[in-house]
Amino acid sequence: MLARPEATAGVEAWDDYLHLRENPAGVTEELWQHEAGCAAWLVVRRDTRTHEISEVTLAADVKRSMGVAS
Amino acid sequence: MRVAGKGLVDHGVRVRFRFDGVTYHGHAGDTVASALLANGVNLMGRSFKYHRPRGVLTAGSEEPNALITVGEGAQAEPNLRATQAEIYEGMVVRSQNAWPSLAFDVMAVNDLAAPFLGAGFYYKTFMWPKKFWEAIYEPVIRKAAGLGALSGQSNTDTYEKAFAFCDLLVIGAGPTGLMAALSAARSGLDVILADEDSLMGGRLNSETGAIGHQPGAVWAAQVVTELAAMENVRLMSRTTVTGAYDGGMYGALERVNQHTGQRTGGAPLECFWRISAKQSVLAAGAIERPVAFQNNDRPGIMMAGAVRSYLNRWGVSPGKRVAVFGNNDDAQQTARDLAKAGVHVVALIDSRVDAVVRGAEFPVITGAQVCNSGGRKALESITFQRASGQKDSLQVDCLAMSGGWNPTVNLTCHTGGRPTWREDIQAFVPTAGAVAGLRAAGACNGVFSTLGCLQDGVAAGKAAAKALGKKPADVDLPVAENAPYRMSPLWAVAGKGRAWLDFQNDVSVKDVKQAAVENFKSVEHMKRYTTQGMATDQGKNSNVAALAILADATGRGIPETGTTTFRPPYTPVSIAAMGAGSQGHGFAPERWTTSHQATVERGAPMIEAGLWYRPSYFPKAGESTWRESCDREVGYVRRAVGVCDVSTLGKIDIQGPDAAQLLDFVYTNMFSTLKVGRVRYGLMLREDGHVMDDGTCARLGAQHFVMTTTTAAAGNVMRHLEFVTQCLHPEWQVSFTSVTEQWAQFAIAGPKAREVLNGLLDAPIDGENWPFMACGDVRVGGVAGRLFRISFSGEHAYELAVPSRYGASLFDALIKAAEALGGGPYGMEALNVLRIEKGFITHAEIEGRATAFDIGMGRMISAKKDCVGKVMAAREGLVAEERPQLVGLKPVAVDAELSAGAFLFDRAADAVRVNHQGHVSSVGYSPELGHMIGLGFLRRGPARLGEIVRLVDHMRGIETEVEICNPVFVDAAGERVRG
Repeated sequence: MLARPEATAGVEAWDDYLHLRENPAGVTEELWQHEAGCAAWLVVRRDTRTHEISEVTLAADVKRSMGVAS
Repeated sequence: MRVAGKGLVDHGVRVRFRFDGVTYHGHAGDTVASALLANGVNLMGRSFKYHRPRGVLTAGSEEPNALITVGEGAQAEPNLRATQAEIYEGMVVRSQNAWPSLAFDVMAVNDLAAPFLGAGFYYKTFMWPKKFWEAIYEPVIRKAAGLGALSGQSNTDTYEKAFAFCDLLVIGAGPTGLMAALSAARSGLDVILADEDSLMGGRLNSETGAIGHQPGAVWAAQVVTELAAMENVRLMSRTTVTGAYDGGMYGALERVNQHTGQRTGGAPLECFWRISAKQSVLAAGAIERPVAFQNNDRPGIMMAGAVRSYLNRWGVSPGKRVAVFGNNDDAQQTARDLAKAGVHVVALIDSRVDAVVRGAEFPVITGAQVCNSGGRKALESITFQRASGQKDSLQVDCLAMSGGWNPTVNLTCHTGGRPTWREDIQAFVPTAGAVAGLRAAGACNGVFSTLGCLQDGVAAGKAAAKALGKKPADVDLPVAENAPYRMSPLWAVAGKGRAWLDFQNDVSVKDVKQAAVENFKSVEHMKRYTTQGMATDQGKNSNVAALAILADATGRGIPETGTTTFRPPYTPVSIAAMGAGSQGHGFAPERWTTSHQATVERGAPMIEAGLWYRPSYFPKAGESTWRESCDREVGYVRRAVGVCDVSTLGKIDIQGPDAAQLLDFVYTNMFSTLKVGRVRYGLMLREDGHVMDDGTCARLGAQHFVMTTTTAAAGNVMRHLEFVTQCLHPEWQVSFTSVTEQWAQFAIAGPKAREVLNGLLDAPIDGENWPFMACGDVRVGGVAGRLFRISFSGEHAYELAVPSRYGASLFDALIKAAEALGGGPYGMEALNVLRIEKGFITHAEIEGRATAFDIGMGRMISAKKDCVGKVMAAREGLVAEERPQLVGLKPVAVDAELSAGAFLFDRAADAVRVNHQGHVSSVGYSPELGHMIGLGFLRRGPARLGEIVRLVDHMRGIETEVEICNPVFVDAAGERVRG
């Protein structure tokens, strides 16, 4: 969700970005928003089997660390 | 009847209550069940399906039979368990599911028809004809098969919800829970001890065994006293922990005031708690299971442990001649307690050939099984079969039965865990680690001796302390009973007739076997097919026995058969408690504009727009329909001036060096080129290429914009902007905040709009300095405001914004000025007509499926830049000529009615789904044109102007012919707006 393809990236890249999601039984990364509070978007690392949350990072920080702006 | 010298009830306090119109007396501390038994009343309910007479089976929340309605009128509460409901002075109790009376219930005829009403009966019989299901079958079945009924009146009781936090939540205050709480509390943990009973102590209050050198109940009371005195302990009695959720969250229902007649004074009837616990100990105990045999549901047959409870806790013997039937050593205790209390124990029948009974002062028959019961509405006799095959009968009025004990594993399965089968105790126990942070201990963990429970409790409390980094304190273990739990499985006694498994749902052994025969072999399928395990008790008494029968019938073992899924809540939770504070007007917050009061005072009916309230129209004397008002208000705007509160539209203040770049990215069209002091219409797409929202955006400064959104999409747009600026472009220097509430904004529309404004603004405006789409600061009566020359009606119009605190007075001033010029306020109906006449879209058109292409705005997607949704909007399917596209609709017959939601068909085509050509999105009556007009989406619409199509509304029975036209009905050249 953070790595938005270039406009010229092609149909498959866009399809992947927009529609295709991993749905693992285990640890996964999701985007959450603290909508009723500070409005921050968060990258949440969660185990889908236990709902245990192991890590939360500000999405903006993750995006910055990705280096290239989309 | 009462037994002298027994029980923990207060014999000195007499409490009067009514059951089915008859007044009875009990004592303080009695439940409805114990008090009725004390009065010799055994018949307490009728079964769900066959209306068989039923008495009380248990002494706890698992009760399947004795369901009652407490209270009268709006306060009547159905489906309470007589075994839990405490009596109070003046309490009014009614039995359920019987008509005309509990003793004579006409629906008992169902029982005679039982051969035809077996498992799956409803599914098989009422399949055909299909139409009959809703109209005839379902209502009749629901009336016949039912639990208690709701009053149908608005609930006047108060409910509450609350939150609590603790280091350790201990669920259950029996010997295990008390010890767990005590050891954890002494270790310094912040402890909540919750128990569903009014009196803490669990089974200790029902047993005669000693702890240390005193009765168990006395010991329990002492521990409770010690806990109550500790600052780090909260005791919550009458509180059932109903669910275990993620992250150490538990739901709990506290019956705050249900045990008193005082329904006033502020205390809620019930409180629903969310308890956040770092650690928890499940000490929920175990539930005794019945044995299935023919007619084992007759009033007077009850659980052996429950008989002990009635005797020892409430001082009541459920019978004068009692037999005990069991497959385990624990049942023997019932016979011993009864005999010691002077109750005639007719016999102890133990199914085990090798059962050893010490010190029996009553006849003992081993290796025998009770196989039938006699009597009608009360038990009169039992028949039992010896190991030799010989059958004998005994005259009894009470049978105490026990098929062993099932640990109460429910909560450990709420987050997806499955219990583990233990062969030695023939029961499921919790799987360790099933719920994070939760330890099961004591009887619910398969530990059945009192000493074992005390030990397990201490260990669990210490483990919780250790897990939280505290040094576990030592707790001395008192001396207590430590007998092994010996049992031999006995689920059902072989024989003819109906042997009941699930009393609440009238499911017999035969039904479960029938399900297996019909291939409903999965335990989940068997449950749905037979209804075993449903309704208020959720199979607490019958689940394990039913699946044992199913396992046997399908030739599998019990662990392979598995259990159905235990889900919250453990016991029923009233919706009123869960939704406390959200009844009626509190259900949803209401957003009011600053003109709300003045609007309501003018008699305007308010309609909801999301959480906002907006006027539908402003009625005037002499007007008898909303249409008359609406037509008049449309006329204000078209010929004079109208005023409308538009504060509900989302307003987002955007500032920063990259503000223009953000707008270029989220809007399809260009905003970086917009001049300061100008407004532009913008279209916003979702990343998938469909339209998200539209609105205007004003540039107040080089780095300062104010975006407006539609009322409905304000939240979505805000979330979207946050996403773009945090997740896609955190490098952009831009800040924004919602200022929807900060500004009161009013549309002033019509040929005389400027005249109204110039009467109010500190400095008058003219067409030169305020052309169409201009914006900027103004002063109104010395107050700094903003003026935008924009129009949603196609007329010469403005929107004037002032800080909200001046909104009400500005609204009054605007109305006064407008009325002086032959205008006035207008509501949503007029606003809607005005915009349809101009072909302006709302979310009736951009409903999530429409693309920019569909609404004729394909060219608004700028070729010069990227924007959200641009790539995907270009997908061939989203720009196909075949797509339904926006058109105007006018009726062929001038008086024809159009309706939104209707479908469009070719004139010659049948009005069926495959032929549909599009639909109608908005309609209104245009007073300007003198007929109805509409907007809609039609395949290849723009190429079909002038064509006549069929409009069919199957729901409302409307069919008419409409002509396809340009969606702009009024002032197509757009001259008025610039006037």
